Amino acid sequence: MDSIFFLVLRRMRVPLIVLIVIYGVSILGLTLVPGITPEGHRAPPLSFFHAFYFISYTATTIGFGEIPTAFSDGQRLWVAICIYLTVVGWSYSILTLLALLQDRLFQKTLIASRFARRVRRMRSPFYLVCGCGETGSLIFKSLDRLGRSFVVIERDEQRVQELDLEDFKTDAPTLAADASLPSNLLRAGLAHPSCLGVLAVTDNEEANLAVTVAANLLNPAIPVIARARSPLIATNMRAFGTSHVIDPFDRFAEYLSLAVAAPERYHLIEILTGLPGSPLPEEHRPPGGHWIVCGYGRFGKAIVHHLAPTGIDLTVIDPESHGPEELVTVKGLGTESATLVAAGIARAMGIVAGSDNDVNNLAIAVTAKQLNEDLFVVVRQNQSASGVLFEKFEADFTMVQSRIVAQECIAILTTPLLAGFLGQVRKADEAWCRDLSRRLESVSGGAVPLVWGITLNPTEGLAVYHRLQHGKETSLGTLLRDNADRQNRLPAVVLMVRRQAREIALPEDDFALQPEDQILLASRSLARRSFELNCRNAKALHYVCTGQEQPSGWLWQRLFPEP
Amino acid sequence: MNLEKVVFGFFIVLAATLNFGFFIGDIGRPDYHNVYELFAAIVVNMIATVLKFGDRTQIGAVHLATSLVADLQLLAAAITWAMAVHVTGAGMTPEVTASVVSLSGGALFANVVSVVMLIAETVMLRR
Repeated sequence: MDSIFFLVLRRMRVPLIVLIVIYGVSILGLTLVPGITPEGHRAPPLSFFHAFYFISYTATTIGFGEIPTAFSDGQRLWVAICIYLTVVGWSYSILTLLALLQDRLFQKTLIASRFARRVRRMRSPFYLVCGCGETGSLIFKSLDRLGRSFVVIERDEQRVQELDLEDFKTDAPTLAADASLPSNLLRAGLAHPSCLGVLAVTDNEEANLAVTVAANLLNPAIPVIARARSPLIATNMRAFGTSHVIDPFDRFAEYLSLAVAAPERYHLIEILTGLPGSPLPEEHRPPGGHWIVCGYGRFGKAIVHHLAPTGIDLTVIDPESHGPEELVTVKGLGTESATLVAAGIARAMGIVAGSDNDVNNLAIAVTAKQLNEDLFVVVRQNQSASGVLFEKFEADFTMVQSRIVAQECIAILTTPLLAGFLGQVRKADEAWCRDLSRRLESVSGGAVPLVWGITLNPTEGLAVYHRLQHGKETSLGTLLRDNADRQNRLPAVVLMVRRQAREIALPEDDFALQPEDQILLASRSLARRSFELNCRNAKALHYVCTGQEQPSGWLWQRLFPEP
Repeated sequence: MNLEKVVFGFFIVLAATLNFGFFIGDIGRPDYHNVYELFAAIVVNMIATVLKFGDRTQIGAVHLATSLVADLQLLAAAITWAMAVHVTGAGMTPEVTASVVSLSGGALFANVVSVVMLIAETVMLRR
């Protein structure tokens, strides 16, 4: 704000001085030119007071009809000059002011200072998201759906304007600036006490690295999540203490190999980490046997690295034939049938179309499908703009980078407990995973359920905390009753209870709770609100525990005391 | 030589001298205090104020503050004069003259502070 004020003052200096001089000259002239009496005699000139009054209403073109007395011709001559002088003076000042308001630099300063003020005044905890490309947009939508606040820095001004038009529940401050500059990060609230974490998801690797470095040095206490596509940058980020580095290629390859080796477990992980509210993921059952990988770039390398240990026999197609030494490599794009036949398409079970060109990937997939009807097709989608084409093609498995990064960011940020549970899932067997997937699907109503945590402490669950402190036993099943009708059970799955360092996966309904227990649940948001009410509201809790409405008034409590 | 400094110094010193010219003389005698001089002092003071706009340094801020004080005092003097001559019709009695002149005396003090700061700034630069 300060800088704007000084900027205006500085730029208005010349017009203001011009205006003062014009006023001074006009008033002085009027006090010197003699007047005339009604009888035609010479009269003394206007005094300073009258002259100031007259010039004030003439100069601003208000043009009052009132004048002290009729003017002499000498006065009229002078006033005619004054009128032109003052109009020029005012026009000049106003035009300068308007030009200043139109000035790009001025507007930038204005927007930046308004943004900084809004961020400073943020009271609710927020996330700082750097970059709002495809990944960023997905993250905002999910954060918005979860009711979390966030602050956005994006380099591209047009993208920021588009973001303003999008329909968000929360009104997020957005700044069009380079996130790799620490001063911009500080302006966006990096050192703000309510800042919960930083997400570096710009499409520029260097910028992401700069953000993580700045965040780790300027506010080491908060977690930083960054996207990195090259291993070098990822190592660099980890060296600076970045809490979580997401490599979308590597992550997808890991998922694909998991889907080959343990499809049920993969399906469960997908449900748990999916973006809440999006349709439930379909089940993927990629077959083993012979696979063809088209394109041996960073993505292809990650795929080979993760698929080879699952016992799959791989052939690589690469335009430069830069394949790994231990595997068969065919030179070509993969879009022509000759190369595909050479790679053994006839006996292949699956194909990965993983080049960085969407059209090529689709061409590979279509050609391959024509050559071998039963092929399991995995395609890599680079841009969300091509999404329509990929939907039409209906590949068995589509890899969308932005989705993978966004899912993981949201899962880590919103429920820290989930990481612990996923650790248990990785150790579990297929039958366990299948049962849990079925249960989750039954409570979710066709969409990915919300995975959320609650701690039985005074801030999050005051009522149940008091009840437990008073030694009244409360089971998990009680809290899971509907407070509208306690015969009904809330459609929610309790995934885990964490008690100090102990983690109990899938506790039964008769599990006895203790104060400070952390509970991880999966449900839709309606059931979540109901469960939270049970924990927080003493009356709702009393009802679900006993089935009786608690007398609330003082008189009623005296007349019918609680047994 | 910097033209900006010349203009700046000129207006600050001129504001002080005009103010002094109006102030000097027997405090109760209206014929010793010319109203044109008061007018000139006001105009020059305002120009000096605007010249000080937009300087973000500490000394610039104090400069601006002293000028604003002088403006305020001189405007108060002018309003007192206008009230006496035109509104109440009392005319320039010794009492009115004394209050107008003493108000301008206050402005003179602020202007002197301004000039002292100008000199101090120049001495600091030693060029």
